[in-house]
Amino acid sequence: MEYKAPIESYSGVVREITIGKGEKALKIGGENILPFHFFDEGSLPNPPIFALEVWDMEPTDWPEWVLEPFNDVVSDPAKWARKCQELGANTVSLSLISTDPAEKDTPAREAAALTKKVAEAIGIPLIVYGSGDDKKDAEVLPQVAEVCDGMNLLIGPVLKENYEVVGKAILNHGHSAIAQTPLDINLLKELNVKLCKFFPADRIVIDPLSSALGYGIEYSFSLMERVKQIGVIVKDGMTQMPMIANLGGECWKTKQAKESKEQGLLWEGITALSFLLAGANILILRHPESLKLVKETIGGEIWQK
Amino acid sequence: MPISGSVIVKKLPGRKGCKECGFPTCFAFAMKLASGGAKPDKCPYLTSETIAALEDALAPPIKLVQIGAGENAVQIGNEEVIYRHEKTFVHPPGIALLISDKESETKVEEKIKKINELQFPWIGLTLKANLLAPYFESGDRNKFTALVKKIYESTNLGMVLISEDMDALFSARDICADRYPLLYPVTKENLGAAIPKIKEKPTPVGVRGESIEELVPLTTKLKDAGIEEVILAPGSKNLREAIRDQTFIRRAALKQNFRPLGYPTIAFPCFLAKDGLKEIMAASLFIIKYPGIIVLSDFDQYSLLPLLVQRLNIYTDPRFPMAVEEKYYEVLEPDEYSPILVTSNWALTYFLVSSAIEAAKVPSFLCVKDTEGLGVVTAWGAGKFGGDTVGAFIKKCGIADRAKYKKLVIPGKVARIKGELEDALPGWEIAVGPREATEIGGFLPEFTRKLKA
Repeated sequence: MEYKAPIESYSGVVREITIGKGEKALKIGGENILPFHFFDEGSLPNPPIFALEVWDMEPTDWPEWVLEPFNDVVSDPAKWARKCQELGANTVSLSLISTDPAEKDTPAREAAALTKKVAEAIGIPLIVYGSGDDKKDAEVLPQVAEVCDGMNLLIGPVLKENYEVVGKAILNHGHSAIAQTPLDINLLKELNVKLCKFFPADRIVIDPLSSALGYGIEYSFSLMERVKQIGVIVKDGMTQMPMIANLGGECWKTKQAKESKEQGLLWEGITALSFLLAGANILILRHPESLKLVKETIGGEIWQK
Repeated sequence: MPISGSVIVKKLPGRKGCKECGFPTCFAFAMKLASGGAKPDKCPYLTSETIAALEDALAPPIKLVQIGAGENAVQIGNEEVIYRHEKTFVHPPGIALLISDKESETKVEEKIKKINELQFPWIGLTLKANLLAPYFESGDRNKFTALVKKIYESTNLGMVLISEDMDALFSARDICADRYPLLYPVTKENLGAAIPKIKEKPTPVGVRGESIEELVPLTTKLKDAGIEEVILAPGSKNLREAIRDQTFIRRAALKQNFRPLGYPTIAFPCFLAKDGLKEIMAASLFIIKYPGIIVLSDFDQYSLLPLLVQRLNIYTDPRFPMAVEEKYYEVLEPDEYSPILVTSNWALTYFLVSSAIEAAKVPSFLCVKDTEGLGVVTAWGAGKFGGDTVGAFIKKCGIADRAKYKKLVIPGKVARIKGELEDALPGWEIAVGPREATEIGGFLPEFTRKLKA
C-alpha cells in the first residue's frame, strides 16, 4: 500500500481584523487553515496574540503569586499596563471591574477617562471589557467609545441585551467589538446576525466564553473548534470572525490555581494552550510567566528546532 | 471509513432463504456485519480468503492495543474521530513515567513511590498516572534488567521498555512478559532480528521511523509476520512536526482507511524538553493531539494534576453533559432550621457548591434544578434557570415540607431572577447569595445566624 500524505485544503477564510491605530495596529485572523495545521494547503498570516489583564481597581481576590509581578503598579492601571507591555504582552486587556454596581459602581465618565489614560500610556493596542452587567455596560461602554474616539480599541462584551446601544457607539467612534454569548453556537451566530445588520463583520471578534481547566474547559474547547471549522470548512460567514479567549480570570479563581504558583501557572498555561489548539486568535492571561511558557511552547525551541 | 452493509452484501453468496447464518437474508446479515453485531464466519458458504478479507475490512480503523495486565491494563486506540465534537474520544492516553537505569537508587525508589501515591480524587473519580517506562541508558545490561525486575516486583503497573540494545530489551521482556509490556523501539535496522523474538512471547511493540513514510513498510512486515499489537512513533523532532505527524496518522487511518497506519501512537515529551514546565506543556499538547501513550521524564503533584484533569476533560463524551439528578440534596444532615440554596444540575456546579457548603460546616439543603447539565449563567441564558422555572421546581421538589423558614438563596450571578421568582413563589423570601462558590464559606455562617435569630 502506498502512503500519500493526507493534506487538506478548505475554501473558507477567517476575516482579518485590525485592532489599534497607526503604529500600534495589530492584525488578527485571516487564516484558511485549522489551528497549527501548517502542513495543509493555505496559510495563517497572523499568529495568535496574547494579552495580559489589567484591572481598574486593586484586585482583592488574586493569589499573591499573580499580583507579585505587578506589586509596584497595581494602584495605577496605566503603569500596570505599561508593565504588561514590558513583560511581553502583544496587547493589554483592561477590565472595568469597578464599574459593576455590585463592586464600586464607578461612574461611566470616570471609567472612560481612565480607559483613555491607559490606552495612551502603552505602545500596543488596548482591549476593554466592561463589568458584564448589561445595563451598566450600556452606559459605560458607549462613554468609553466616545472618549477614546478613533483609537480603534477592541471593546466588549457586546451582549444580546445591549448590542444596539453598545454596538452603535463602538461603530460611530471607530472601534471594534467583542460579541459575547454563553457557550452556544446558535446564540453566537444569532448575535452576529443581529449585529451585522448595522455593524461591519470585519470589525467583530467572537467571545464564546472561556471555562478553565477542570471547570468546563471541554465545552469552550469544542465550541471554539466547531466555530473555527464551520468558518473555514463550511464557510459560514457568521462564524468567520477571529475568536478571543478571556481565560486568566477563570483559571486563577480555581482552588487549584490558588494552591501553588507552579500549579497555577500550569492551570493557566494548559487552558491557554488548549484554546490555541481549538482556534483562539487572542488569549487573555494574567500571569507573565504562564504567558511566556505558552509562547515558548508554540514558538520556542521545543516548537521548532 | 468502515465498510458499509451494501458493499459487504456483494461478497456474500446471495443464496435465497438458506438462513444458515441466523439472519433472514444475506442483506440483513451484511447490515449486522457492518455494525459489528456478527462475525463473517457465520456464513458457511464463504471461502477462508473472503472471510479473512471481510474481517480485515470490518476491523476498527485504529487498532485497540492493550499494555499491562489485570486491573492496571491500559487500553488505547480504537478511536473513531479526529475532533472530539464529531463524536467522542474513547481511550484516554496512558501517562508513563520514565525511569532511567542511570538514575540513583534513591531516585528510582522515589519515582516508584510517586506513581503509586500521586492519586487525585476528582468528582467521584480517582485520577492517576498509569505506566512506568524503564529506560536503558547506562550501557550495563544487568543494571537495566535489575531495574525492570525491581519495577515488576514492586508495582502492578504496565511498562514501556525502552532500549536501543535488542538483547537488553528482550531480556527485560522475559522478566515481565506476563504483564504485556510495550517493547520500544523496533526500527528498520532491527526489524528482521526482532520479529522471531517478538513471536516467542507476543507483547505490544513500538515501531519507530524517521518519518511516517518509514513506518509504513515496518508495520506491513510486522503484520505479515502476524504481529499486530503495534504502536507508532513517527520520529517528530519538535512540536510543530508532532502536530503534523499525529494528524496525518489519524487522518490516514480514519479518512483513507490506510491499514499500515491504523495503530495508536506514542509521544515522548521527556526527550523533547529539558525544562520541567515546558515538558508538561508539551505533554498537554499531546493530550489533545492524539497519542495513546505520553512518556514524561518526571512529575510532581503540581504538574501531574493539571495534565490528568485535562485528559479527563478532553476524553469526556461531549454527547452527554455531566449532570446530577434533579432533587433537593441534604448536605451535612440539615434540619428544619437549615438554610436552603438552589443551583443548576451541571455536575461541576453541584460539586463546587456542595463542597463549599461542607467546607463552611453549615448543614444545608441544596436544591438542584435540572438545567440539562448547564451551569447557572448559561442555563439562565438558555431559559432553563429563570424565575418561573426555578419557582415551579421549588414547589414540586417538596422542600417546603422540610423547612421551617421559606427563605431561598439564589446564586449571585442570577440575582436578576429575584423579582420573577418572588412572583412565582408566594410566601417565600428570596435572598441573593454569593456570585462564586468560593465565597459561600464567607456567606453561609452569617446568613444562618441571622436566619435562626
